[in-house]
Amino acid sequence: MASAELVSLPALLARNMRDSGSHPAYREKEYGIWQSWSWNETGAEIEALALGFLDLGVAPGEHVAIVGRNRPHFYWSMVAAQMVGAVPVPIYQDSVAEEIAYVLDHCGAAYAVVEDQEQVDKTIEVKDRLPGLKVVIYLDGKGLRKYDHSHLKSFADLQAAGREKRGTLEAELSRRRDALTLDSTCVMLYTSGTTGRPKGVVLSNNNIIETSKSSGQFDVLSKDESILAYLPMAWVGDFIFAVGQAYWCGFCVCCPESATTMHDNLREIGPSYFFAPPRFFEEQITQITIRMEDAGRFKKWLYGSGMRLARRVGPKILDGESVSGMDRLKYKLGNFFVYGPLRNRAGLSNVRVAYTAGEAIGPELFAFWRSLGINLKQLYGQTEASVFITQQPDNEVRADTVGVPSPGVELKIAESGEVFYRSPGTFVKYYKNDESTASTKDAEGWVATGDAGFIEESSGHLRIIDRVKDVGKLSNGALFAPKYVENKLKFFANILEAVVHGDGREACTAFINIDLTAVGNWAERNNIAYGSYQELAGHPQVLDTIQAHIEEVNESLSTDDMLSGCQVSRFLVLHKELDADDGEMTRTRKVRRNIVAEKFADLIGALYDGSDRVSTETEVTYEDGRKGSIKATLEIRDATVFAIKALEAAE
Amino acid sequence: MNSMAGNYTTSDGREIGGVMMEMKNITLRFGGVVAIKDISFDIHEGEIRAIIGPNGAGKSSMLNVISGFYNPQEGEVWFNGKKRPSMKPYHVARQGIARTFQNIALFEGMSVLDNIMTGRLTHMKTGMLAQALWRGPAEREEVQNREVVEKIIDFLEIQHIRKTPVGRLPYGLKKRVELARALAAEPKLLLLDEPMAGMNVEEKEDMSRYILDTNDEFGTTIALIEHDMGVVMDLSDRVVVMDYGQKIGDGTPDQVRNNQAVIDAYLGVAHD
Repeated sequence: MASAELVSLPALLARNMRDSGSHPAYREKEYGIWQSWSWNETGAEIEALALGFLDLGVAPGEHVAIVGRNRPHFYWSMVAAQMVGAVPVPIYQDSVAEEIAYVLDHCGAAYAVVEDQEQVDKTIEVKDRLPGLKVVIYLDGKGLRKYDHSHLKSFADLQAAGREKRGTLEAELSRRRDALTLDSTCVMLYTSGTTGRPKGVVLSNNNIIETSKSSGQFDVLSKDESILAYLPMAWVGDFIFAVGQAYWCGFCVCCPESATTMHDNLREIGPSYFFAPPRFFEEQITQITIRMEDAGRFKKWLYGSGMRLARRVGPKILDGESVSGMDRLKYKLGNFFVYGPLRNRAGLSNVRVAYTAGEAIGPELFAFWRSLGINLKQLYGQTEASVFITQQPDNEVRADTVGVPSPGVELKIAESGEVFYRSPGTFVKYYKNDESTASTKDAEGWVATGDAGFIEESSGHLRIIDRVKDVGKLSNGALFAPKYVENKLKFFANILEAVVHGDGREACTAFINIDLTAVGNWAERNNIAYGSYQELAGHPQVLDTIQAHIEEVNESLSTDDMLSGCQVSRFLVLHKELDADDGEMTRTRKVRRNIVAEKFADLIGALYDGSDRVSTETEVTYEDGRKGSIKATLEIRDATVFAIKALEAAE
Repeated sequence: MNSMAGNYTTSDGREIGGVMMEMKNITLRFGGVVAIKDISFDIHEGEIRAIIGPNGAGKSSMLNVISGFYNPQEGEVWFNGKKRPSMKPYHVARQGIARTFQNIALFEGMSVLDNIMTGRLTHMKTGMLAQALWRGPAEREEVQNREVVEKIIDFLEIQHIRKTPVGRLPYGLKKRVELARALAAEPKLLLLDEPMAGMNVEEKEDMSRYILDTNDEFGTTIALIEHDMGVVMDLSDRVVVMDYGQKIGDGTPDQVRNNQAVIDAYLGVAHD
């Protein structure tokens, strides 16, 4: 491929129109039917839109905000904005007006392309504070008939105006299009901002195109792939998969009918390349398990024996390792009766490459999908890297690593354990925030991830253990990575949350929250009566089960030469569920460590002073804002800690 | 408290047309029980008209008179400038009047899509045999009707339950499907019998939005019965208040709110 002229998204669009003009570029289900647009049709739509932007007076370097769910029109808007030299800024569509106002104000957006009345209302709500916002363009006019249209324009009208004035505006459009280079800004994406205000990450054409090219080669993506675009457009992953890679490879992006029909649409499209957060794969398994529990005896047997075989030989067959002829034959049968239908159920029949990322994924969960023959892999990335930092190559897939450095990426681990990277995808800067840019990216281009990890010597894979700020040391100097241990604990269905303590102490201890659904289900089946969460959490049999889980985790930690010190020696099951209303968790259900430590200081004290029970009283906030308190006496148990096995293995 | 005659403009600037339906001195009896006693009011084209009143006031009976389900013993119903003879509900439906029910009346075993398609019945011209063979005009007709139905599904945002049997849906969604079926008839006048009964706040907000959007988007005239006063006062342009089969108030929400007879009926004054 002659990449000399492929310097921008419009250039890639032109190449796709030339080379595969009749090949589908977008699909969207509307009115119950999949509509499609070929690359030629897409080109015409984008051009009409870009001419409309020119007619509106969009100037080079201005920012065009895009707020809506995944629809072809919004992807076209991003490319059209770039075509006239403007910068597209996709925004999370479920943001409240305040959050949208912050982003619009920060980037000084002059134009916004939004989906419907809901989004228009948000912009109107904050309009007074945003003198720079000139025109809001909406896609769906439902309910907007009575609105003041002095600053509103419909998407269709904009395109129509563009088409009409083609004669006068065409020359200006080609001038602007030709002015684009690899250094032009391709897109600006706001980080979700869990710590502080969102930051605008500026990514150049070079970042996006180089990353798309090398990651496309890594997984041998071609123009025949199809993907379902359903993750937020403001997220960097969607931009890389549904814009970068789609334009580089020329494959088809399919958009669901609505957010609620995603699962049905997934089954209809059967994508060949798929990304989903671990939660998606978890939910699918829960669905399957619940349905199988209601199934007849024969089906249960078929499922049970099929899955036993799959667990044993499925991943090996997927990795092309040798398996006995008999097993291979049985797997073929299982594929016909069990695995095929299950893949179809999940909408993953045609998947050739699937990725998951974002959180730790349980080994059982991971093994389940791989044993069904789905090539599920992990990657590690962030907005500042144009997604890819590391990813797992085919046949080198494990639950506990995030893979080898992606093509073109260099990795280094700092003294503190923090992971640094440098790559062609490394962002240009944070918009209007040189201070943060300087503190994140050094002069040589190395970027700090904020994550602590290490590279496994035997395989060369990166393993992420925790956020750097949470990693500490035990008093004996051993590494303390609470999240790593908590994740291992949370993989058990009975454990909803875990909080591990130990920084600066002689040993690790843990608070546990049981999962009321899973444990309650178990109690029901075993005729154990309970009146509340508190009562069930204090049941001796429940404590036995949790203890067994913890000891299992301890045993697996003991084989880890870096983290064997993090074994949990004592634990208690909390008398209340950690709750965002009480400030113990964030709204996205992440534990706030320091608040928990402060609030339950008496319990932590008891975990370390050797007592076998502790009485406590805790204030709780009810959903309607009233306050009350819970009194409880909690049993503290010791868990077996295993000797370090890694040393023996080394001998 | 006479109803306003002729065209008028609402507080939010909508142009309301002339009289579409006029009820003149309606009296409805069931044996010796008088359900409606000498009531007159009108419904203008394009407006949202509410009928309110305490339990047993005769609201649903009134709606049933409009929909042709009951024929009043006395009085006249005028629709589009013509006096309406006593007729069957399906004749009324053909005149462009559709309704939803207080107790949901959908086909539980059929899918949402099929339920809404039944709303297109008055628009189908081909016979049963032709439809069964599904050739030529029957096929074209079905495709056209399906398109109308799909637009309504999109309008009410129920794509995700298109193929789900109605019996499996929660209450709030069933109400929405019922509205969809009524809209599928492309009615000139839409009758809603307690569209928000039994709904939570969020569902009520959604339903209110759909009612307003229907009026706005398709210009449909809407007559509704509702108990939730907040909803009625926010949605409707004009309100008829009934108590014990009689009309005790008629006017804009503000006029009705300040009407002593209405206040008494709602706060409960001893009836002699």
